Amino acid sequence: MSILNDRDRAAVRKEFEKLAGPVKLVVFSQELVAADLCRQNEQLVREVAELGETITVEVLNPAIDRERAEGYGVDQVPAIVVEGARDYGIRFYGIPSGYEFSNLIDAIIVASTGESALSEDTKASLRALTADVEIKVFSTPT
Amino acid sequence: MRLAQHMSVASDRVRSTAIEATEFPELARAYQVMGVPKVVINDRVQFEGAVPETEFLGAVLQAVEGS
Repeated sequence: MSILNDRDRAAVRKEFEKLAGPVKLVVFSQELVAADLCRQNEQLVREVAELGETITVEVLNPAIDRERAEGYGVDQVPAIVVEGARDYGIRFYGIPSGYEFSNLIDAIIVASTGESALSEDTKASLRALTADVEIKVFSTPT
Repeated sequence: MRLAQHMSVASDRVRSTAIEATEFPELARAYQVMGVPKVVINDRVQFEGAVPETEFLGAVLQAVEGS
């Protein structure tokens, strides 16, 4: 059974008209840790990827693909890394549903174009950063 | 999460992780998540609720101040 309904698919397809370059969604799954959640997450990502021609999916198991998981800095499952021309550092821990689903779609588009929708002032301030910034955003499905 | 992920694209210094709090209760507890969205930057600066871009940027700059 599909997770996305026809209306969701149509809406996402419309959004994906903005896609430019390729995007890779790297999914981290580990059945022994969270079987159902990992399966649902993987299915959701595959359903989303089908809607955009430039989107590919790779599934990794952090217990097996340990070095890759460490390279991505991913230490939880289920997780998704959204990669564009480079790894921009965008991660999702847990199934992106509800509001986070819109954010996943937005992340795919922004990773694809490589162009943020921030103001010029904000971009200039971010370019001037001399230290690393790690932002965690907690949300719930509703 | 939207502003955070756009900041990640705008700067290779910025990483952003969306965390589904109910699936990761230990993380949510560790960061004392009572309301959502809750934003934690460099484990130093935190706030709850959606804020405008300038305020979000202010929190980012505050988090790296002195580092």
